[in-house]
Amino acid sequence: MSPPAPATPATSLGSPNLTAICFFLAFVAITLAITWWAARRTKTTEEFFAAGRAISGRQNGIALAGDYMSAASFLGIAGLVSLSGFDGLIYSIGWLVGWPIVLFLIAEPLRNLGRYTFSDVVSFRLRERPVRVAAAIGTLAVVLFYLIAQMVGAGNLIKLMFGVSFELAVILVGLVMLTYVLLGGMLATTWVQIVKAVLLMFGAALLCTLTLLQFDFSPTRLFARAGELYGEGVFAPGKQVANPWDAVSLGLALIFGTAGLPHILMRFYTVPDARAARQSVFWATGLIGAFYLMTFILGFGAMVLVGRDAISAIDKGGNMAAPLLAEVLGGTGLLGFIAAVAFATILAVVAGLTLAGAAALSHDLWVSVHRRGRTTHAEQLVVARIATIILGLAAIVLGILFKGQNVAFMVGLAFAVAASGNFPALVLSIFWRGFTTAGAVGATLTGTFSSLILIAASPTMMVDILGHEAALFPLRNPAIVTIPLGFAVGIVLSLLGPEASAAAGYDAKERRIIMGAEDPRNEPG
Amino acid sequence: MSDHEVKALARARRRIAIALSLTVFLLYFGFIFAVAFEREMMARMIVPGFSAGMLFGVLVIVGAWLTTWIYVRWANAHLDPRRAAIQRARPR
Repeated sequence: MSPPAPATPATSLGSPNLTAICFFLAFVAITLAITWWAARRTKTTEEFFAAGRAISGRQNGIALAGDYMSAASFLGIAGLVSLSGFDGLIYSIGWLVGWPIVLFLIAEPLRNLGRYTFSDVVSFRLRERPVRVAAAIGTLAVVLFYLIAQMVGAGNLIKLMFGVSFELAVILVGLVMLTYVLLGGMLATTWVQIVKAVLLMFGAALLCTLTLLQFDFSPTRLFARAGELYGEGVFAPGKQVANPWDAVSLGLALIFGTAGLPHILMRFYTVPDARAARQSVFWATGLIGAFYLMTFILGFGAMVLVGRDAISAIDKGGNMAAPLLAEVLGGTGLLGFIAAVAFATILAVVAGLTLAGAAALSHDLWVSVHRRGRTTHAEQLVVARIATIILGLAAIVLGILFKGQNVAFMVGLAFAVAASGNFPALVLSIFWRGFTTAGAVGATLTGTFSSLILIAASPTMMVDILGHEAALFPLRNPAIVTIPLGFAVGIVLSLLGPEASAAAGYDAKERRIIMGAEDPRNEPG
Repeated sequence: MSDHEVKALARARRRIAIALSLTVFLLYFGFIFAVAFEREMMARMIVPGFSAGMLFGVLVIVGAWLTTWIYVRWANAHLDPRRAAIQRARPR
């Protein structure tokens, strides 16, 4: 018995689209002009990594949204909703609730304690070198997994939308991104992220409006139509959360992962003070929440107007749901616009990741650990740019190496490592006087490596990718084990060997969290 | 004098930060546990096209917005003025 032939929907996806190419070239032209403008304002390390700390709270909030809303959340969530309905909401909500946690626990202390990386905060009052090495490992693990996911996604997406080869697409993304970061540093990256966030919000709002226009502007009428077509299962938890403990574990990784993502944390150094850091999260939370509500409508819109069979015929994961919806609603013109927005989305996220990885390599490992802080400004800037080139080339090479692999799990992996390796050390160092160097190193390394090991032993890796019968570890996301483990190791190691100088430095740290770096009492002498 | 005030302010910020974090955490995990273990309840329809699970989800999003707004309001109204007062009180 042969399976029915797949539906061949009438779509121009996969053939070069003139509108898409025009919009894309316009985006690249605008962002390169911004880069040229930013390059003339990027002469010091502080300008390169922190845009001279002159970004306003609102600008940074929009840029944070641009840094955070990856192609995974735009195309992936819309696709997930279009194929499984309610389950997509679980991811959107998880990705949003991380933001209040960032605001309450991390944003202001981070801004007041650090300069370029979150290791600045963890290593404050502790022995600097071991802590920085551990934090750099945690940072690079998150950045590389996230980069691989984005680059492979970019290659597939651009191949599908513009009809160029995978390798060419990856190289193109890598080179354009390198131009932004290398020349314009954080200032160019910030404005690329702002332009992208505005385009993405506009594109999503436009698609939403056009969708709801067909349902008398009543979302429930749209949802009800989906229920008529595909049954009421689309409104209830489905097969994405078949194992309940997997859902809980994923939830933990999502809510605490955001607070450990190095490229997000780094953005808080671009604003002048703690008040602006706070405003940034206010804007980011509002934008990201609104965006995910719109994605939910887009997903259902694609389910009803495009149809599930047509969506999964183009891409089994449903990633093309939003572009296909655009084509149904507005023809190849709108499809081209949305395709260009998706491309811009990837560029902005990849630029932020590269900058965060470069800061860990140059500021943490080279300047602080290798040179023990004794470098010239000129050397710091050269090293920062070399680190950027290394990261950019790594992104291109890894993207090509992982061609054809299922890399969707790598974003989950990045969140698990961020939540288990970086988050516990960051929170304990801010809130606990008794935290020690051994505790920080132990928490970061245990959280990072236990996540890596348990994902290697998970059903995603062993059953889905390697094709074994069963997996050594039952859950797809390790966070329910690895977050408590990270905290436990940090606490136990600190209790076993108290560190007098670390405890003594806590008052100064607490003071600086409240009063800021500019408080004259911070620098003794 | 100023040390004492900074410590009191740090304590106040810590208290509100932890209370709001717990609120968001409990709200979200209420949702996650309902998704994981109370599927029937979440599948119940409130009006055609809108289930209890969707309502709960939207409430979590609104809750995240509200707690964010509460913190920003508190910090703008209390944290910043008290910090400024401490800075003014100390002759440089």
